Amino acid sequence: MIQLITPSRALIGFLLALSLVPLFAAQFTVTLVNYIGLYALVALGLVLLTGIGGLTSFGQAAFVGLGAYATAYLTTRHGMSPWGTLIVGMVITTAVSLALGFITLRLSGHFLPLGTIAWGISLYFLFGNLEALGGHGGIDGIPPVDLFGLELGSGRAFFYVIWATLLAAIVTTQNMLNSREGRAMRCLRSMTMTEAMGINTLWYRMVLFMIAAQFACVSGWLYAHLQRFVNPTPFSLGHGIEYLFMAVLGGAAAVWGAVFGATAVTFLKEWLQDVLPKLLGVAGNFEMVVFGLLTIIVLHRARDGIWPILMRVFGNLVPQREQANTVEPALPLPRRDVPPCGGEVLKVIKVTKRFGGLVANNAMNLSVRAGEVMALIGPNGAGKSTLFNCISGVNPPTDGEIRFMGQRIDALSSREIAKRGMSRTFQHVRLNQDMTVLENAAIGAHLRGRKNFVQSAWRLDREEERRLLWEASHQLQRCGLGEHLFDVAGSLPLGKQRIVEIARALCSDPTLLLLDEPAAGLRHLEKKALGELLARLRSEGMAILLVEHDMDFVMGLADRVVVMEFGEHLAEGLPQEIQTNPKVLEAYLGGVDA
Amino acid sequence: MDSSVALVLAQDGITNGAIYALLSLALVLVFAVTRVIFIPQGEFVAYGALSMAAINAGFLPPTMWLVVTLGIAVAIVDSVAALREEAAARLPMIIFKNAVLPILALVVVRYLPLKSLAYPLQVAIALAFVVPLGPQIYRLAFQPVAEATVLLLLIVSVAVHFVLVGLGLYFFGAEGGRTPAFTDGGITLGATYIQFQTLWIVGIAAALIAGLALFFERSIYGKALRATAINRTGARLMGISADLAGKLCFTLAALVGAFSGILIAPITTIYYDTGFLIGLKGFVGAIIGGLASYPLAAAGAILVGLLESYSSFYASAYKEVIVFTLIIPVLLWQSLTKHHVEDEDEH
Repeated sequence: MIQLITPSRALIGFLLALSLVPLFAAQFTVTLVNYIGLYALVALGLVLLTGIGGLTSFGQAAFVGLGAYATAYLTTRHGMSPWGTLIVGMVITTAVSLALGFITLRLSGHFLPLGTIAWGISLYFLFGNLEALGGHGGIDGIPPVDLFGLELGSGRAFFYVIWATLLAAIVTTQNMLNSREGRAMRCLRSMTMTEAMGINTLWYRMVLFMIAAQFACVSGWLYAHLQRFVNPTPFSLGHGIEYLFMAVLGGAAAVWGAVFGATAVTFLKEWLQDVLPKLLGVAGNFEMVVFGLLTIIVLHRARDGIWPILMRVFGNLVPQREQANTVEPALPLPRRDVPPCGGEVLKVIKVTKRFGGLVANNAMNLSVRAGEVMALIGPNGAGKSTLFNCISGVNPPTDGEIRFMGQRIDALSSREIAKRGMSRTFQHVRLNQDMTVLENAAIGAHLRGRKNFVQSAWRLDREEERRLLWEASHQLQRCGLGEHLFDVAGSLPLGKQRIVEIARALCSDPTLLLLDEPAAGLRHLEKKALGELLARLRSEGMAILLVEHDMDFVMGLADRVVVMEFGEHLAEGLPQEIQTNPKVLEAYLGGVDA
Repeated sequence: MDSSVALVLAQDGITNGAIYALLSLALVLVFAVTRVIFIPQGEFVAYGALSMAAINAGFLPPTMWLVVTLGIAVAIVDSVAALREEAAARLPMIIFKNAVLPILALVVVRYLPLKSLAYPLQVAIALAFVVPLGPQIYRLAFQPVAEATVLLLLIVSVAVHFVLVGLGLYFFGAEGGRTPAFTDGGITLGATYIQFQTLWIVGIAAALIAGLALFFERSIYGKALRATAINRTGARLMGISADLAGKLCFTLAALVGAFSGILIAPITTIYYDTGFLIGLKGFVGAIIGGLASYPLAAAGAILVGLLESYSSFYASAYKEVIVFTLIIPVLLWQSLTKHHVEDEDEH
């Protein structure tokens, strides 16, 4: 069947219709669509912050105000060119957002929104009270923007500037999200895993907040030159909240949700302000009540907003990210030096971990050599996963020493340890359930790329990106997941999701691989394939430390076995020694009463 | 500034600080138990004050229709839930408690000579038609998403604030309200004149704080709330209903908010949207306490009151800027001294 409406045709149609608005529509409509563009730009920033980063801000209106007042003040009082003031505004915004981010983002997630409330209120009152900024009266006489000698004085002419900016922001945002940097951002909600893959989550959260603030600032600059007048009112906290409603109602997880949210809220507000007072016979802010209720209903019933529902209803009517289904071959990524076979890679010396009064690990000793599979076994609650967390820096030890490649790592963060060539999987699978298997695996290769978010936004990262994805697909093929590359991770059975975690760990080209119950949930043949894979990795010189309950699997694969009980070292030796060790038998099967 | 001005400002600061302290305690309570950052706390202050002003002037409490409407909505939602659990026997009680009771109260109030009632009775009626909004809002807006992230709960909270401010304008109009003092006059103490109302406020705030402390230490419900605050899952396994705990602490928060409004209505004019800033100042106090410590939150709130009162003397235009910028150094200190970030996906 020939599809009449494809995503790209829908997008072209939308852009054509949009470009005709200033030519044919009434002044009122042009103004409204201009405002939608300005609002959508701010909402787009919130989509990044809220939908991608799991953070939020109520202070975006204040950043809009910052952009607007910077240009209003500097152009009218100091005669600066609007282009110069745009840069000044963005520099100030960068400074403010990084400072606010630095202060609040190290705390729990809700401190950023609370901090932005305070920031929003303070800036609003500051605008209203500073004599230099015209107080509550504001500043008028802002000059129009001059583009290559063309003066953009009218709303109709400025329309193209606004929408070109918005579309550029959308395209670059999509580019960024679809890259190494974007994948890291999309995993920020799962901090433990993301940090363990070597990703600096604090930095990426700061970046997201900064980008959102920049979008707001640019929107403010556009606003000032559209209106040619500013006063504090549109930059109040209430407007900051309205921006958030636009993002949430439209759909905070989708870039186009911002445009839809801004459009829907703007039209609805216009209509409600007209209809409701007539209906109720009194003047009032009833649209506030309606937006508040709508937001509550959306958050209860459709947390991803209205846009994804529309997409489902209309099928492929609207542009989506083009889904690739092949991975382009590329040069392999450079690899780490492999330590000599049999050399000691990891040494755990008298490691103790206490949780309050509970001693989860008590003076544990352990060593792993290159080219060997070391199995760590023990009954449930013996402290195996705790030891894994100590070694990988996810939850550092209370006492003792851990050496990796000859260097002490027990005081390092999981991120630093990952950089040194250790990678791990988790007992409870930690994948981004909404990303594809390929993208999830590529997270592991994060440290092997260098391009930053600006480069990825402008597609200057393509060569590196091809190499990263090629590496990810290569590791997935190796793990037997070649046919699932483009499946959403959440659609795989749990056993296979564990294998995706192994592929993700392999993507970092580790010297030491920590596997927490990799065989759980696998069927017989899958287990056999996993065993073969691990044996092959061992023969390539990789050191593997594994926690596993499946004794057949462990005994058939491991070179040496360490047994833990009650957080302590119980026995160590070759698999056959362990199988006949009376202490081990007692721990597993209970004492034999004579 | 001479010492008499300083004393007047201190008196002002402590009076407002006492109110902020009450609010900050309620905010810490709600956050600890339900993880909701209760932005609409301030609306309860405005609703309480303005309802009191209306009743005092002989009008029916304007929020009564909201209480009845939400009561019916709760009755419907709870009935549907009960039917799903095949517990139809609970229906009569659900309908009576949530829908019939507010209607009965409404009928009774209609025939009362509101204007000539004793002051305490007027207070009771004002509270009776504002406080139920607390548990009703919890049931309708928060309980369905009780397990969601702090972020989502915060957005819901802001949405509820929007709704209540919008409705506040409809109920009470744009004009402010003020009520007569509990007791007129005051006493002269050394160089300063202290209004009786100030003493009322500080005294009642102290009594309420003591009452809350007793409630948490002694009563079984207070202990249940504390248990829920410490470990939600653990408390539920011990048979403490998370829904009940949520409703209970929203009731307390609504009571504290509305009563705070009634306390300050004689000394400041309250508008339908004044509550927001008052509530946020309670927040600044709560944040100083790290959203966790009650005594620190109360102390922080008093500090906010004092800072506000002295800055209104020195730089009155920048009063709000100064108060809200205070949280920046507080947050900075907290972020440098403790490094705590939780994994949202692990809850």
